[in-house]
Amino acid sequence: MSEFVTLAVALVVAAITYGTPLLFGTLGEILTEKSGCLNLGVEGIMFTGGAVGLAGVYYYEKMGSPNGFVAVIVGLLCAFLAGALCSLIFSFLTITLRANQNVTGLALSIFGTGVGQFVGERMRVTEGGYIAISNEMKIFFQNSPFPRFLQDLPVIGPILFKNSIFFYLGLLLAVVLFLFINRSRRGLYLRSVGESPATADAAGLNVTLYQYLATIIGGGISAIGGMVYIMTIAGCVWNHEGLAGVGWLAVALVIFCMWRPLNAIWGSILFGALMILYLRLVLPFIPTQLYKILPYVVTVIVLIFSSLRNKKENQPPASLGLSYFREDR
Amino acid sequence: MNHKKREPWIRLSKRDGMTSWKVWSIRIGSIFLALVLGGLVIAMTGVNPFKAYGTIISGSLGKASAIRQTVKIAIPLLGCALAIAPCFKMHFWNIGAEGQITAGAIAASYFALFWADRLPGPSLILVMGLVGAVAGGLWGLIPAFFKARWNTNETLFTLMMNYIVIGIVRWLQGGPWEGRAGSQIIPQFAPNACLPRVFGIHCGWIIVLVLVLLMHIYMTYTKHGYEIAVIGDSINTARYAGMNVGHVMMRTMFLSGAISGLVGFILVSGANGTLNDGVAGGVGFTAITVAWLSQLNAFGMVLISGMLAILEKGAETLQTRLAVPTSISDIITGILLFCMLGCEFFINFRMTFRARKAKKAAAETAADSDESPAKEAVES
Amino acid sequence: MEPVCAIELRNITKRFGDVVANDRINLCLQRGEILSLLGENGSGKTTLMNMLSGIYYPDEGEILVGGKPVSITSPREAFHYGIGMIHQHYKLVDVFTAAENIVLGLDEGGKLDMKAINARVREICEKYGFDIDPSQKVYDMSVSQKQTVEIIKVLYRGADILILDEPTAVLTPQETDKLFAVMRNMRDDGKAIVIITHKLHEVMAISDKVAVLRKGQYIGTVNTSETSPQALTDMMVGHSVTLNIDRPHYEDPQPRLSVSGLSCFDDEGVKRLDDVSFTAMGGEILGIAGISGSGQRELLECIAGLHPIAQGTIMYTPEGKSPSDLVGKTPMQIRKAGVAMAFVPEDRLGMGLVGSMGMTGNMMLRSWRKGKSAFVNRKDPNELALQIWKDLEVVTPSTNFPVRRMSGGNVQKVLVGREIASAPSVLMTAYAVRGLDINTSYTIYHLLTEQKMKGVAVVYVGEDLDVLLELCDRILVLCGGKVSGIVDARTTTKEEVGLLMTRVGGKEAE
Repeated sequence: MSEFVTLAVALVVAAITYGTPLLFGTLGEILTEKSGCLNLGVEGIMFTGGAVGLAGVYYYEKMGSPNGFVAVIVGLLCAFLAGALCSLIFSFLTITLRANQNVTGLALSIFGTGVGQFVGERMRVTEGGYIAISNEMKIFFQNSPFPRFLQDLPVIGPILFKNSIFFYLGLLLAVVLFLFINRSRRGLYLRSVGESPATADAAGLNVTLYQYLATIIGGGISAIGGMVYIMTIAGCVWNHEGLAGVGWLAVALVIFCMWRPLNAIWGSILFGALMILYLRLVLPFIPTQLYKILPYVVTVIVLIFSSLRNKKENQPPASLGLSYFREDR
Repeated sequence: MNHKKREPWIRLSKRDGMTSWKVWSIRIGSIFLALVLGGLVIAMTGVNPFKAYGTIISGSLGKASAIRQTVKIAIPLLGCALAIAPCFKMHFWNIGAEGQITAGAIAASYFALFWADRLPGPSLILVMGLVGAVAGGLWGLIPAFFKARWNTNETLFTLMMNYIVIGIVRWLQGGPWEGRAGSQIIPQFAPNACLPRVFGIHCGWIIVLVLVLLMHIYMTYTKHGYEIAVIGDSINTARYAGMNVGHVMMRTMFLSGAISGLVGFILVSGANGTLNDGVAGGVGFTAITVAWLSQLNAFGMVLISGMLAILEKGAETLQTRLAVPTSISDIITGILLFCMLGCEFFINFRMTFRARKAKKAAAETAADSDESPAKEAVES
Repeated sequence: MEPVCAIELRNITKRFGDVVANDRINLCLQRGEILSLLGENGSGKTTLMNMLSGIYYPDEGEILVGGKPVSITSPREAFHYGIGMIHQHYKLVDVFTAAENIVLGLDEGGKLDMKAINARVREICEKYGFDIDPSQKVYDMSVSQKQTVEIIKVLYRGADILILDEPTAVLTPQETDKLFAVMRNMRDDGKAIVIITHKLHEVMAISDKVAVLRKGQYIGTVNTSETSPQALTDMMVGHSVTLNIDRPHYEDPQPRLSVSGLSCFDDEGVKRLDDVSFTAMGGEILGIAGISGSGQRELLECIAGLHPIAQGTIMYTPEGKSPSDLVGKTPMQIRKAGVAMAFVPEDRLGMGLVGSMGMTGNMMLRSWRKGKSAFVNRKDPNELALQIWKDLEVVTPSTNFPVRRMSGGNVQKVLVGREIASAPSVLMTAYAVRGLDINTSYTIYHLLTEQKMKGVAVVYVGEDLDVLLELCDRILVLCGGKVSGIVDARTTTKEEVGLLMTRVGGKEAE
């Protein structure tokens, strides 16, 4: 019994660790998609965010007399700005220049993975070999912000209190996003832009402004996910192989959680679990590698069922992926 | 109060019918702009951009062997762009080419691995190509079926299908088809399962060039091509003309998937000689941009896929000679795509700037853009 | 002395290019009053009201609110002056609740307190007698409920001058009664209301005053209590204008298309056609008159096989063959049998033409499936295109020039020309001359007459009564999806048709 509990707790903790980058990636994309913009560049945005975030922290530490708390802020800020900048390109092309969203998003994911790789490799070349953050710094990124005794509580300690600070930030963000989208006036207006830009326009809302803000802030949030991956799971080292595919998983998760920020919390933990399940739970009859496709299979099933049931609340924002031009009727 | 209608700072209207020399000068201008921006990025690494571009050209086209490498990169890009064209023409956003390539590659590999000794030379290759196409087609048919039947969002569906099939390859790689135990690698195919070479490059290039021609004919001269064009323009008109929209959608997606599957076959049989999880390696995504930027014109795709292949191959040389990371090619490709995507706006829209003197009045009411100009008919 | 008008128009003129949509219109509306704005399609009613709601800006003239001249340049400013307009096409977000739609775009500040908003919406509902649940989602609503939401939206913003653009067009009689009750409540509350309509019995039932427009001209304003439907019809349609359309007799008309008991519903479940029966004869132009949205579109689509049919039969008798029922056949089979339809929708391209293709590509829309070959035959369509280009004087640089880029008249020539070229035995056209100049219109009338003289049964759906009276042999009048009468075009009068259209004098079924 106790062995099972230990195993299960370890699994949940690992799932949370792996789910946290996804949580950010997904929350950012939810915000973006709520405005009717389908930004498929999340993969690229997360790459860029990861590399730039790492670079920011690394150079901050190199400046001397680093403070761990400030380092975390620097990491968040650098990643956010990098992602926001990537999304700005996307917004400008799709919202102002009305380029096709699918194609632009894919171009962004090519560009962003290139930038991430480039920054990562470039640092390695210029700094001579191995780029790493000192262990004293790592603690701030990877360890829990809660006091020791809380973390040592049996079962709930590790699950609730032993995670990195980013998990708690992610939770907070999910709740804030939920309140914004579903409870606030601006959130309501944002949703109307995503559902029917023509209606929002007729109601006197500035459709372009809403879409720009949602896309840029959303991109920034997604990029933080990349930074979180590099700083926690990858151990503060640039690791593009590990990061590859996380952005696409985040896009899948947006569908899985039906564009709802609160669902994203448990959804990301579930997806995180599926990502590492093959390491923890070896079942003889299911090949371990097939665990990894489960998130996508589940997402497809969710997609099919939501279209089968055709319940209006579970549909993508009605004008998702479409550019709005007022004089089109 | 001023009685003049306050105009926004800039007014957009759709336009058709720009003269073609203008269109092309805008497009070429955008490529030029991309090269300038890319040059700036290169300059940031401390390398002279002119030298870098020179290296890219000489590295990709300088020697016969380099050209072969470049063509090898262009083959799947071009093939896959051809696959995507009919879907996009139909406004069916198939971004699952990556998965359809992989599905085709799996099916072809199965025969390469387990039937090599039972099927004589040429028939093995033919069978591999055929099952590759069918597998790719079926993989593409799944989302099309749900789209036709229940209007399931095809963009998201096809996207998910990519990772499912790539996951299957990972499983095959580490499990049933693994070569040496623990190697996580599928063994190389027998020689008779590999595409023959013509001019030193596997003959996939011939297949793809034939496909360019066939696709051009298919899209321009056949009934199917006509149906696709009508559906892409207006589903209502298609119904009016008696077309079965769902049926056409499924058929087109099968075809698209089949061509992607064929590309997958070319990749495993020609380029790699084996199957791995990176068989598509982003080709399916890049090909979408190739198809879109060439306006779904088969011959335009040859040009653009060639251009991207030159960039990619050249960037490798750039790394070995000037120590610029190869990822620079992704960055320049990205910039190129952005510029070319953006430039279409200036072709499709007319911008009317408000006269300067009205500027002051507008500054007071910058956000005012509620009303659409009176252009509609008198009364509906 | 007259009390100050809540809203007053003085000499308002609006032009669209060369077309004068409103020519020096004067109007005055007081608080606590319902004014009907009456006129045929295209008489400029909606244009006039759009100038009040800030969508258009008048070229000349003055608008006064409460006696002061104002300038209304946007819907927002219209609200500022307390003017709210309920358009025919509702702009609502489907997945939102009624209340969420109502507050959309408001700059109230503070947090979004749905409870308070719902309470306020309920308050408005109770005050005027609306029957709606603020927390109901729009996609669950009937058309009339959606309309209610639009009206509340305007009231919520504090409008005291309401403009309703053909609000009853989509309502059942019961719903109309309910709406009128609410309107009376609003009037008694001191609101000023304008209702745009062309249904006379509604004018008589609801309004205090009637202002009549005809072809952009202001005819006059009368008190409802002092007028009669007959007098209003005269004002609305004016005297017949002689058009001199050639109308030869065809010697031996044969029954070609017999529709009996045809009924159908739209997507929303509203009955669009109700027990429609008529016979179209070969060698005859059967005109179909009616207020827009009376079921013309549905009737044609049902016959063409594009609209599901709830009940009824459509017997088709091709020349020298035995009759067969078209119900249940595919659009393709119906077309092949010789029934052609040229429907010119409001956006001209939506149905029947492919905008991105040239004339040749559009000719192929009829013939693309011919033959066993996998390739489309481009030669014959191209020849056809060249012929239509020449015969109908279509202005286009080449037969590959996208029709989207042609002017409206030319687009219609392409469409009508193609349908005629298919040598149909039944030719249905709807709004074939919509937006065309006189000369082009005559070209089309001539083409239709030519077809008639070949023994084709021509069905002509039109808006202009003068044309219907001179072009057609018989006129079928639709009203609310029902046939209110079939008259002989040679002997009837414009007044008679006008009354049938609005069902005054006809059997009051509602």
